[in-house]
Amino acid sequence: MTIDIGVLQSVPYFSNLDREELESIRPYVFERSYRKGDLILLEEEEEAEAVYFVVSGAAKAFKTSAEGKEQILCILRAGESFNDVPVFDGGPNPASVTAMTPLTLYGVGKLDVEAILRGHPNVAMNVIRLLAEKVRHFVGMVEDLSFRHVTGRVARLLLKYAGDHQDGGGSTPGPRLTQQDMAAMVGTAREVVGRSLKALEEDGAIKMDRHRIVIADKELLERMSGAVS
Amino acid sequence: MLEMPSIDAGLCNGCGLCVEVCTCHAFALVDNVAVVVETEECGFCTDCEMVCPTGAIRCGYEVVFIEYHEQRQIVIE
Repeated sequence: MTIDIGVLQSVPYFSNLDREELESIRPYVFERSYRKGDLILLEEEEEAEAVYFVVSGAAKAFKTSAEGKEQILCILRAGESFNDVPVFDGGPNPASVTAMTPLTLYGVGKLDVEAILRGHPNVAMNVIRLLAEKVRHFVGMVEDLSFRHVTGRVARLLLKYAGDHQDGGGSTPGPRLTQQDMAAMVGTAREVVGRSLKALEEDGAIKMDRHRIVIADKELLERMSGAVS
Repeated sequence: MLEMPSIDAGLCNGCGLCVEVCTCHAFALVDNVAVVVETEECGFCTDCEMVCPTGAIRCGYEVVFIEYHEQRQIVIE
């Protein structure tokens, strides 16, 4: 399969490289394809073999708890990379990755990554910047999950929204809220809101019925909304 | 009418990720713009909203108390 220089150019790792530099990197790059639902990486698997870049399609990176609960870390789309961390620090994969759609990836083997970084300082600078952005994203998520009791804030938002627009009987519900809207309103990421809604449902405070979030136990939800730092 | 995700055609870039991620064929690309196809198979999983790179897809929730929900269920039945 021919590696497309135009696609390589659009990958942030290789931004600001001229055509000659991209041509010298191309031999190191291989292509892989996955079907929707395929497991690409399993967390804690040994020995990362390559850094991958999404060419087309979408994938999700996530962690799974011992109880089987899933926390989505990020959605990976065209140009974005994954498996960087274990390639650079030699440890196991910190997250699992599955294909959400039919997926095409470009990959660069671990040893070849080192060769590229040594030969192309611009790539090294790009990698540093991209990893710094990821660190900032995940530090924010850790802060939310550990200290900010996002579930409590989501609970309070749901109570406020339902209360503002209904009297518990026949009133019309208010404007629709997406998970992205909720995330913006409580100051967190969409992925964290998704987990919070699941947690509230598991505890019996709400029921998710297609397009409707039903407050099943108002008193419980009020107690949970009080747990805010 | 079945509640389905909504699409802002002005934001849609025609990438087709929603068509690919949906397991119930609720999306199609028409003239390079995604459109919703109403189907009872749609479980409102919101994967389409999650995967959309431009925010064109909205899966909006009503937030209601259970009394309202149960009244609506009676009306439907």
